[in-house]
Amino acid sequence: MSRDLAQRVLQGERRALARALSLVENDAPEGEALLEALFPHTGRAHLVGFTGPPGVGKSTLVARLARYFRREAPSPRTVGILAVDPTSPFTGGALLGDRIRMRDLAGDPGVFIRSMASRGAVGGLARNTAAAAQVLDAAGFDLVFIETVGAGQAEVEIARLAHTVVVVQAPGLGDEIQALKAGILEIADILVVNKADRPGAQQLARTLENWLGRRTPKGEGPDDASPASASNTPWIPPVLLVTATQGEGIPQIAQSLKEHAAHLKRTGAWQERERRRFESELRERVLLTFWRRWETRAKQLGLSQLLERILKREISPQRAAETLLRQMWSDQETKG
Amino acid sequence: MTERKIRVLIAKPGLDGHDRGAKIVARALRDAGMEVIYTGIRQTPEMIAEAALQEDVDVVGLSILSGAHMTLVPQVLEKLREAGMDHVLVLVGGIIPPEDVPKLREMGVYKVYGPGTPTRQIVEDIRRAVLGESQTQPEPMA
Ligand SMILES: Nc1nc2c(ncn2[C@@H]2O[C@H](COP(=O)(O)OP(=O)(O)OP(=O)(O)O)[C@@H](O)[C@H]2O)c(=O)[nH]1
Ligand SMILES: [Mg+2]
Repeated sequence: MSRDLAQRVLQGERRALARALSLVENDAPEGEALLEALFPHTGRAHLVGFTGPPGVGKSTLVARLARYFRREAPSPRTVGILAVDPTSPFTGGALLGDRIRMRDLAGDPGVFIRSMASRGAVGGLARNTAAAAQVLDAAGFDLVFIETVGAGQAEVEIARLAHTVVVVQAPGLGDEIQALKAGILEIADILVVNKADRPGAQQLARTLENWLGRRTPKGEGPDDASPASASNTPWIPPVLLVTATQGEGIPQIAQSLKEHAAHLKRTGAWQERERRRFESELRERVLLTFWRRWETRAKQLGLSQLLERILKREISPQRAAETLLRQMWSDQETKG
Repeated sequence: MTERKIRVLIAKPGLDGHDRGAKIVARALRDAGMEVIYTGIRQTPEMIAEAALQEDVDVVGLSILSGAHMTLVPQVLEKLREAGMDHVLVLVGGIIPPEDVPKLREMGVYKVYGPGTPTRQIVEDIRRAVLGESQTQPEPMA
């Protein structure tokens, strides 16, 4: 069944794609089989992350940029969008509102928008956002845009997933310094000062430029780059003034995305980023398997008896942990 | 491993711009643990069906205050069918004259809610229909 579904996803069937995303999002066993079947067809899409504080205009920007790539760019490109909003830790429910800003994209078969709830994951993405991005990639979208939960914190997760991270800021939020502190700018490949129609935008852009200038090591700027050393020229994140609601500055973002992808490929950083992503995925999968095995075995291994003994000070937590681990490993050996 | 999350699309077809009721329902469903996709006002039947498909929802809730429900609802149902989404539960809320309710139900609408329907009831109906639950736990307060 999942083989069939994978086939339909590869053929670009939208209903199949929607089902596939649900299976993957819900950790369904069919989802795993599906990811496996789709994996050989991934690796083509340019994954772009959009992050920044709540309300800076991420959804508006994503929609305008997608529209640009569909209707205005010299050669149109298809766009898959994953928009993550937070799950309430109290109720487990979520209100997913990013689509409100994306109504312009309705009816375009070259666009697919999916909202995702973070479902308890921290770091701005849902645990299965990376897998969902793979599904969109396999389905043939040229670009996959990932909007994180609005946060002022450094979003390590998106830096790990995306080839290019666009950090969006806006004037008047009063948290420029906060952003600098939180290290959110460290992960930026492209910096957008959105709401350039508002007072303070120019000033904010200058502040960011200064900060970037300080960070860039002397003698490695683009002015000093000779053609011969072009392959190891560092990427200097551009600071772009944008008014997303009016579409101003959008072509410049598109241009920077193209340049960044070219830069990554030229310098080998594209592969390097993928390697890092797969490495962390591998580690996570292995850890998760261990974790699940532990969760199912803990009781049988006498966790509660050991706890009683710890409470009576008959055994230390360290020794108890060792005992449990030894039993887990011997399990492993008798099994394998 | 993870529990089944109910996904609901709340949409406002037609031209009236009042979405207070829709927002109240959206929040109540979120507070009941559901994932609610809110798309805003002035959605065409095509937009609603497309969003329902892309979001792979279990439920589509339509809020209609304009009085145009007898034309809008069949259009939305038709577009959902065309999109292969005829399995979704369709709910309608708004100011609906009693004589229209059986007609809407006949078209395939699961339930019709008038103004002032307790949101609890909507939550219960959805849970029962989607999860096959006969009883619901007390709700966490908003
Ligand atoms: N003046 C002005 N307002 C903008 C601009 N871009 C977006 N907005 C407005 O900012 C508000 C928030 O926009 P969104 O696109 O929802 O912002 P977001 O960052 O996606 O918000 P969250 O997903 O909730 O974090 C909306 O009212 C937009 O219309 C802009 O360039 N100028
Ligand atoms: Mg948003």
